[in-house]
Amino acid sequence: MRWIKKSIWRRRVVWALAAVFAVAGSGRSSGPIGAKAVAQATPRPVAAAAAPTAPGTRFVVVLDAAHGGDDPGGRLNGQSEEAFTLAMGVRLRSLLAARGIQVVTTRESDSTVDLVRRAEMANHANAQVCLSLHGTESGSGVHLYVSNLAPAQPARIAPWKTAQAAWVTRSLALAGTLNSALLQAGMTVTLGRTSLPGVDSMTCPAVAVELAPERAPGKKVTAELDDPGYQARAAEALAAALVEWRGEAPQP
Amino acid sequence: MIPRYQTVLFVVLLVASAAMGVALWQLRERAHQRLLSSQDSTPTQAPEVAPAEPATIYVANDTDGSLLAQVQQLPLPKDPGARARAVLGKLLDLYAAPDAGHPVPGGANSIAQVFLMQAENLDGATGKGGSGGVSSPTQSPATTDPMQMGPELAIVNLTGAFAAGHPSGIETETLTVMSICGTLHATLPRVTEVRFLVDGQLRATLAGHADLTRTYLATEAMPTEGAR
Ligand SMILES: [Zn+2]
Repeated sequence: MRWIKKSIWRRRVVWALAAVFAVAGSGRSSGPIGAKAVAQATPRPVAAAAAPTAPGTRFVVVLDAAHGGDDPGGRLNGQSEEAFTLAMGVRLRSLLAARGIQVVTTRESDSTVDLVRRAEMANHANAQVCLSLHGTESGSGVHLYVSNLAPAQPARIAPWKTAQAAWVTRSLALAGTLNSALLQAGMTVTLGRTSLPGVDSMTCPAVAVELAPERAPGKKVTAELDDPGYQARAAEALAAALVEWRGEAPQP
Repeated sequence: MIPRYQTVLFVVLLVASAAMGVALWQLRERAHQRLLSSQDSTPTQAPEVAPAEPATIYVANDTDGSLLAQVQQLPLPKDPGARARAVLGKLLDLYAAPDAGHPVPGGANSIAQVFLMQAENLDGATGKGGSGGVSSPTQSPATTDPMQMGPELAIVNLTGAFAAGHPSGIETETLTVMSICGTLHATLPRVTEVRFLVDGQLRATLAGHADLTRTYLATEAMPTEGAR
């Protein structure tokens, strides 16, 4: 009697497993997002720079204009998110260049750059700041998101998908600096943590900056995303924050 | 001339068959009574409309990126899967309302199913699961004593229409995922892990941002952490 029960249970497990693999397999092999999922799933260890940069080393900012090419991102007021992030990236880059800050961008045109490639570029740059730029019609002001990986000690070899864990503490500090600068510029800021494929693989202080329309308390829009004045205000505040971040002695 | 013994035999058989006829009639009557009385009795199944109970729902707000616990009176079925679907349906109905703080079209019908599985064997697979983190799930049998069951994994199957209609953005997508996780955990405390499917398939993101390939811990949904 017992063994019959056991074998039924075992069969149930096998079936559940088969079902899960079938679902996982079919999800992976269908559609254009499937290819990306495979690319993301490739486990690749990251050689993490053991300690944050010492003072005196060159200050590099990575600007990652999210989406592009096959992935247009969200539809914003009259334009695609990919075009918006590219425009914000250009704005921010010229402000930073004017302040003598070296900028590395992950894309310069409406091209497809997968998340693995973006993280590779960011990690290769050995940057002190990595900003992933997004735009949305939801919410208001600026949303600052940091990876929700639990902070970890820097390791010589870190797993690809969670490489950001060693940098989360610094990323939170960077979000704090961005927050104060944006508040000072009179913008509303929402801080949060989330799972960010791409950013989760970056070995630098990394924050996803998502710009939303500016809204009055009654949710009425007071500045749209395509408003050049609003874009400039956000970019100036971010640039000011990065100048301040450059001045701060990096705490290990 | 009929012999006497044949007459006697005939009378005996006649009486016997009459007696059997009466007995049969009585049995039939008794069976009929039993049938009628069983029809009168209360139904063995619970009524379709469950009584309203308080349920905690985590409602998102786009303006400040918050999740706020709200207690709603809801008719909740006893079956855990149906119960989960009922609370999540209420959550998505709130989001589909005209003046929602976190507007998402779709409503209750956007939750196709909620499956519950034991999560005991999933510990090693809770990481970011592009590789389909579920290792060896065991379908929890409905007959098992609920007190003896361990943590559970909920698999929320969303409709394709819901994902297609969901606004795009890190904040809005994260809030939807977090509020679903938080609400599930509040209603079914044994649910500690949540995974998502869209039309029964694994999908990379909800609407371009929130990662749907990983297993979410229900406790992650608790109040949004700020930086510093
Ligand atoms: Zn985006």
